[in-house]
Amino acid sequence: MREVLRAAVMVCRKDLRMEWRTKATISYVVPFVLIVVVLFAFALDTDPVLLRRATAGVYWITVLFAATLIAQRSAAIEGRDGVMDSLRLSGLDPAGQFLGKAAAIFAQLLLIQIPLGIGVAVLYGVSLERPGIGVLSALLATLAVAASGAIYGPLAAGFVGSEAVLPLLYLPVLTPVMMAATRSAESALGFGVGAGWHWTAMLGMLGATFLVLGTLTAASLLEHR
Amino acid sequence: MTEKATAERAALQGPLSTGSRATRVLGLASIASLALLVFYTFKATKPDVELGETVRILYIHVPTISTAYLLLLTNAVASVVFLVKKNRFADHLAGASAEVGLLLLGLTLVTGMLWGRPTWGTYWVWDPRLTTTLIMFLMYLGYVTLRGLPGEFVTRGTRAAIVGIVSVFMLYPVRQSVNWWSSLHQGSTALGRPLKAEISGNQELALYIGFLAFLILAVWLVVHRFRLAWLEESARETSLTAEIAERRAAEAPGSTTVRADVSAAARVSQGAGSPQEDTQ
Repeated sequence: MREVLRAAVMVCRKDLRMEWRTKATISYVVPFVLIVVVLFAFALDTDPVLLRRATAGVYWITVLFAATLIAQRSAAIEGRDGVMDSLRLSGLDPAGQFLGKAAAIFAQLLLIQIPLGIGVAVLYGVSLERPGIGVLSALLATLAVAASGAIYGPLAAGFVGSEAVLPLLYLPVLTPVMMAATRSAESALGFGVGAGWHWTAMLGMLGATFLVLGTLTAASLLEHR
Repeated sequence: MTEKATAERAALQGPLSTGSRATRVLGLASIASLALLVFYTFKATKPDVELGETVRILYIHVPTISTAYLLLLTNAVASVVFLVKKNRFADHLAGASAEVGLLLLGLTLVTGMLWGRPTWGTYWVWDPRLTTTLIMFLMYLGYVTLRGLPGEFVTRGTRAAIVGIVSVFMLYPVRQSVNWWSSLHQGSTALGRPLKAEISGNQELALYIGFLAFLILAVWLVVHRFRLAWLEESARETSLTAEIAERRAAEAPGSTTVRADVSAAARVSQGAGSPQEDTQ
């Protein structure tokens, strides 16, 4: 367990350090999510009532699009300069490597949700009625998206046209996460029916499932990437 | 081991054609059971008291989804076996069962839409059961696409196996969707508790004939797809062996032994049978 955690921390720090140095998340993922929010507003005819009602869905679909970019980049950086071979030879625990990748994606997704949250609050005119469920469901949904991204990013990497393969594999898997996250967010914004806690519980279950599956299959994936 | 021996071994270890005596028997059984299903669907059963003529679609719709579930579970089990043993048999079984499962999922969606039009007044509603089934269809579409990408056998098989294992977890939300959310779709009919209360007599029999017919059809298709995948893999390997032998022959033009190996390997790769058979 200690080895797993050590590997997770090392890989997470490596990925975040690379992101910090290249500023890729800040320089193109953050503008991307803001553009998506603005485009959705135009697509919905900038009707304030409709925009408020659609906020939860728009927010999470934007996070999923951003997650596709981040997961793709997270896998692609290891395809260069023999990084993959170095990781294989490093002796670091594969499960730890998976958890480290998931943690780095999680941190980046949380980072992009700060400007995204401010963007939808200002442009769509919504406010958080139930902060508790809003924050908890966002954390759990982000965990599920990050863990599945750490599984699917490497799966689609290395193929010709992998940019198209990843969304094809990854987005259908994220659909249950998006459904549950949207319902929870609607509840947090005061639109949903009921408390939304069962949707939040479902998000926790999905996150745990992806973490367990990723940990169990990490060794096979690392060996045959 | 010489290239010739390797080529022979690869070609002769598995099936030599997509058909066999067993598949022909399965094919005939499949045709007979489907004919029986058609008879029961259109002749031996009467229109339902509530659903009218549209009940006939359900004799196909329910068996196709049940068989699809079974095939997707087979895919997941074969995927786990592949990850543990890196076994070619498991890889091809996983691929074949997913492809046939995807086909049956598609058929389920189409028959469901055909049933929905007269019953609900529309081909599609965003109902939990329909939506989760569509998501599952898209997940396995991705799986089949991933399998079709070029790549080394073990790498491609490992990636596909992981996707297969993750995707099978969608079965539970699909199955439970009618219980978790308010749904237009009815609950379990044949395999659920209210079996006797909701369906009986020739209707019940038609449904079970449907299960049998689609199960036999699915096994028949999976066996053929499995054998085809195996032959494709063997042909790729023997072609590669022949290429290597040819290149070596070009480097040593005086060697008659190598030339013989080249022609033998080439014959095997073209499906002409083993070199020994040719010389006899």
